[in-house]
This record gives sequence, C-alpha cells and structure tokens, in this order.
Amino acid sequence: MTISPRDAEWREQLRQAHNAKYRTAIPRAKMPELPADYRVTSNNEVNQGLSTEMAVLEATRCLDCPDPQCVTGCPVGINIPGFIKNIERRNFHDAAMVLKETSALPAVCGRVCPQERQCESKCIYNKMKKPAVAIGYLERFAADTENIRDHSHDTVNTPALNGKKIAVAGSGPAGLSFAGAMARLGYSVTVFEALHEIGGVLKYGIPEFRLPNSVVDIEIESLKKQGVEMVKDCIIGKTLSYDRLLEMGFDGVFVASGAGLPRFMGIPGESLVNIMSSNEYLTRINLMHAGTAGYATPVPRVDRVAVIGGGNTAMDSVRTARRMGASKVMLVYRRSEEEMPARLEEVKHAKEEGVEFMTLHNPVEYLGDEKGHVRAMRVQRMELGEPDESGRRSPVPVEGAIEEIPVDLVIVSVGVSPNPLIPSAIDGLEVTRRGTIAVNDDMRSSIPLIYAGGDIVRGGATVILAMGDGRHAAQAMHKALSEKE
Amino acid sequence: MNKILEKEHFSANVVKLVVEAPLIASSRRPGHFVIIIDNDHGERIPLTIADSDPVRGTITLVVQAIGDSTRAICAMEPGDCLHDVVGPLGRATHIEKFGTVVCSGGGVGVAPLLPIIKAMKEAGNRVISVLAARTKDLIILEEQVREYSDEVIIMTDDGSYGNKGLVTQGVESVIEREHVDMAVTIGPAIMMKFVALTTKKHNVPTMCSLNTIMVDGTGMCGACRVTVGGKMRFVCIDGPEFDAHQVDFDEMMLRLKSYN
Repeated sequence: MTISPRDAEWREQLRQAHNAKYRTAIPRAKMPELPADYRVTSNNEVNQGLSTEMAVLEATRCLDCPDPQCVTGCPVGINIPGFIKNIERRNFHDAAMVLKETSALPAVCGRVCPQERQCESKCIYNKMKKPAVAIGYLERFAADTENIRDHSHDTVNTPALNGKKIAVAGSGPAGLSFAGAMARLGYSVTVFEALHEIGGVLKYGIPEFRLPNSVVDIEIESLKKQGVEMVKDCIIGKTLSYDRLLEMGFDGVFVASGAGLPRFMGIPGESLVNIMSSNEYLTRINLMHAGTAGYATPVPRVDRVAVIGGGNTAMDSVRTARRMGASKVMLVYRRSEEEMPARLEEVKHAKEEGVEFMTLHNPVEYLGDEKGHVRAMRVQRMELGEPDESGRRSPVPVEGAIEEIPVDLVIVSVGVSPNPLIPSAIDGLEVTRRGTIAVNDDMRSSIPLIYAGGDIVRGGATVILAMGDGRHAAQAMHKALSEKE
Repeated sequence: MNKILEKEHFSANVVKLVVEAPLIASSRRPGHFVIIIDNDHGERIPLTIADSDPVRGTITLVVQAIGDSTRAICAMEPGDCLHDVVGPLGRATHIEKFGTVVCSGGGVGVAPLLPIIKAMKEAGNRVISVLAARTKDLIILEEQVREYSDEVIIMTDDGSYGNKGLVTQGVESVIEREHVDMAVTIGPAIMMKFVALTTKKHNVPTMCSLNTIMVDGTGMCGACRVTVGGKMRFVCIDGPEFDAHQVDFDEMMLRLKSYN
C-alpha cells in the first residue's frame, strides 16, 4: 500500500549503511528558535525549522525498527519510518508523498501535534533512556521542503469525477482532510465555512507565531487545485438548510463544525468588562487582526493579564498577550505543572517569553472598578489531594489562602462545549448528553446521509484526531455510496 | 461580496440599505440577524434584518452611524459592495396569536421591530405600536409600521411630534386602558430596561431583542454573553430575544461600553 515499504531494496541498503551504535550516538536535533526577547516583539514563527543537514542527520538516528512502535502512537498511523528514511536518503519529495498518503495537512501537524505524547513517546530511543527521534521536526521539514519547491511544472492528477456531490460544513482540520480524501476519490466537494476565512481553528485559533497562515494557505490552495470548492460566509443549518442541500443535489454531508462554545467558570464578577474567553481574544487577534495597524477590530492592550487554564489554548493566549505588549502575564492553573494538558514545548516557550506560572491557584472572584472593568482577581491557593476517577490528583483549596492580585485583563481558557448551531438546526440529528453529534464507528450520524467528525463529535481534541476523523469518514462514506449503486 | 442596491436616508445618522443576499433572503425569518464586514480590514458587526425580498434576493438593513465602521457603512452608495454578509443568525421570533400585543421601538430599534410587528399582525394579533425618539426627525419607518398596526402611538422627548414624553409613558397608557397579553420592545438598552420595569409592574409578559458586542456571531467567542434570570446566555445563539423581565440590563450596558 505504502510507496516506501520497509522491504524496498533502498531501505535495506540504508539500514546496512550505519550500525546502531553510530546512529544512537548522534544527539537529537535542536529546533532553531528565534530568541525569546526578540520574539515577544513580533508575530514571527518561533520555530525556524531544521536545515537540510540537520534533518538528514536526525533521520539517520532512526533505526528503522522491524516493528515500529511510533506508528502505533500516531492517531492516523503515518508510515513514520517510511518518510524518515526518505529524508535520510535525501529524497524529500517521496518523504512528503509518504506523509500525504495518510495526512492531508503534514506541514500543520508537524507544527502543532503533541508528538511527545504520541509517536515520539513510543520511539525505541525512550527504552534506551535517550531522547526520541524528532519525528515532528522531520515531518515539518519534509512537508515544508515539498511546499517551497517550484510547483509550476507539476501536473495535477485530478481523478475522473464520479458525478456525486458532497457538502462539508466547516473548513477546519476535519473538514479539510475529509474534502481532500473525497476529492481524490472523484467526488465534487464543496466546503462551506461560517466565517469569512477558510481554515477554521487553524486560522482563528492557533496563533501566527506557532502556525503561520501562509502554511495553512498552501494546503488550502492545494485542495482547490484538486477541485475542492470553498464557500465562505455560509452556515449549514442557517444559510442553507439540510433539506436545501439535498435539493441542490448533494449526495452526502460531512459535519465538521468544531467545538465552539467557550466555557466560563460561573464565579462572581466574570461578566466584568475585560474578562473574555480565549476564543474571543485569539479570534480578535488572529482572524480579525486586532492590534495590527489599519484593522478596525479592537482588543484591550493592557499591562497586566491573567490567563486561566493550562491547555494549549491557554499557552497561546499568554504568549499572544506578551506580544500585545503586556508586561506582566500570569498563567493561573489549579493543578500543578505536571498535570498541565499543554504541550511541553508550549510551556517551555511561554516561560522563556517571561510568562509567570501561578500553578495550584484558582480564581474565585473578580473585582471591578466604577466603570465595570476588572481591576483585580481573588485567587485561592490549592494543593493536590487524592487521585480522582481520572487518576489525576485533584486540587483542593487550602483554607484561608486567598489573595487579591491586580489585573487589567482576564482570559478564560477552561475549555469549550460543542456548538449547538448545527445539531439544533437539523431535525432528527441525534446528539449525546454532552451535546456532541452521535456517530457510529463509521462516523455516520442518525441521519444516514450525514457523517460527522472532529470536535463536534469529540467535544475538544487535537488537530490530528480531527484530521483522522475526516479521513475515516471519507472512507466510510465512499464505501456506503459505492454500495448503494 | 454583497452589492448594495438601494440606499435611503432615514435621518442624518440612519440609513436603510437594500443588499443583495439571495440565500439569506430566502431563509431568514423575523428576529434573525446578520453579521456584516464592510471591507477587508473591517470588523464583524451584527445587524438585525429589517426586511427581505426572496424573489429579488435582497435583505434590508438599517444602520445607525455610531462608530467608525458604521459611519463607513452609512457612507457607502448603491453599487458599492459589503465585503461579507453572513446569516441568518440567532433564533427567530416566537410568533403566535397572543391577543393584544404592544410593540415599542426606540430610535433605530424600530427597524428590527418592523418584521415582528408584521408577523404579529399576520398571526391575528391586535397590534399597538409605540414609536419613540428624541425628536420628530428621528422617528423612522412610521408609514410601514402603520400599515401593520391597529394603532400607532408616537412619543418624542421634545414633543415635536406625537405625544411629549418617554416610550414608557406610551406603553403604560395602553396597559392602563385595556388588557394587553404581550409586549415586545426593541431599542437602546436603557429604554428596554425601563419598558421592562413598566410592564413588569403590570404583569405583562415582555420580550426584548438585544444587540450586544459580537465577534463571530455563531457561539464561538462569548463576547455577547448576558445574564438572564441569573444564568449566562449568549445573545448570538440563545437569543437575540429574551424575556425582558429576566435580563440584567445594567450589566449589559456596562459590557456595551467595553471599547468606548
């Protein structure tokens, strides 16, 4: 199935080229980064990417295991040694093609996947007490090298159209990966996006310094070249009803409308001015370009900012706040750093950029000034108690340990709930108790022509899991539509 | 891109725009709103749809120039294009035959009120409309409101037209004179607050339509959150209409001034 199987002659030769002792003696590549004091003054991407020589050397570390465990750690099962060995033999195009077999957005995943918890956590090097092969860095290298190549002489292999039309609601990672997979199977795919930009969370959520828009745009352009149509400002269930889609001749619908609704904590004072969700803060800045000269959308630019939460979105928010000029940025998290769901790299970058970590603290109240603007937060010190059902030690308040800290802006980043917009607009579409769309193993909903995936099914997950859903749903829908004939 | 086909000045600061938006025109119902962006550097602004023509494929918007973006939109001319129009958003108004309905609108709030007046009338209600403004020139859409109302009461602060006094006085005069089953109020937050206090005194159920700050308008950002009956609600997906007796208008007014 794969274009670079392990038993290919070149891979056999490559394995013979160096022994394990040589390979394991090579230190893991260090990602070149912009210096912290410079990067808080700009929106430039922090990670600069590996040079060709660094990438080839890093690829040489990979032992090309007979039973590669890294693949089992990847939610979409990328043929990891297959692409890495292509990098080692300097065939970067084939490396990218191996990635494309299973991932619609490798340049994105190479940047935002939590590799340390997925593929890299399974790498054989961990057993040797050595740092894992930098799979994420290599994925990004292969994808970027392919993307900056001159594509003007490429012939686009658009498959013969099979005459069937598919609608996709949402242009985030799930929607885009589904669209790509269906287009390659010969379907006419139209992606409908509610916002005025294609890309979903990749555009409104993840900041430029972690995932540049230009990287996302290359992937979108490549889908357009494959014949995928993109319609902005169009909300399925509102602008176009499900019945209208059927009248328009669509044979199937994939709902990938994302997580949506930000959660708040429900504590006193949370409605004060300058207390907002991370979704709002990041959308204003990333999607609407608030803070950039010439753009109309406002955003508070203040000195003291507190971000509540410990996930990747919280890290994106503290790091964004530093770039918006705040001198004191605090991350307030109720558990300890060990329990933080954010990626290690994000935690490291945030610290380097001068963010103060207030772990084992939880806000209990916000205090306002006479104009209704937040002026201080009251935070409760916590300690870790007994492990709860999730196995994590649950935070419990330390009695009497409450302090008041002055703050000008609070960004609440304690998770999201599924967006009810589509579920409530389609009669008969079954939802779970949590409000996510109920699907079977084939990602099929209670309405046979509607499939769903990504956060509207999972509630709040990662880019790679959403992409995996998109691919999975595409295969299942293709099978169902083919059997119908 | 959505082309502006017609423009009419209602007053110095208020314009009516008829905008091409065929999909929205055919799917919108009274109470729905749209988000518009005037240019590629613009912000997302929520506006209630005042009317639509599904045959022509147009929607009607009424815009008051209050900030930089709305001033720029009011300066646009037929032939110009809005960069983005998305909708219809929000929940449609709950329309049924209540009996006698008093609809009060203040200033530019009469524009979103008009489709509700029309729908209430078509559902068989006796509709009494109270239009209020500071002065005569700021009373808008009077003729259209008259077309669908059994009675129209005009209130101006300076007495330059209709009765001198506040909108609450107009609403209360009706409630004191006859049985009212339902009240609807749309206008500035301060006006809706006092209409709600008035109708509450008389136990008349009252619905208001809120126009808060929004970014996406689809539930994603939470900028539009309001407290209704002690619970946090999002105007964009839970509203824009709520039980006026339950809305915390004071909090909403503070939040409306977030960027002033």
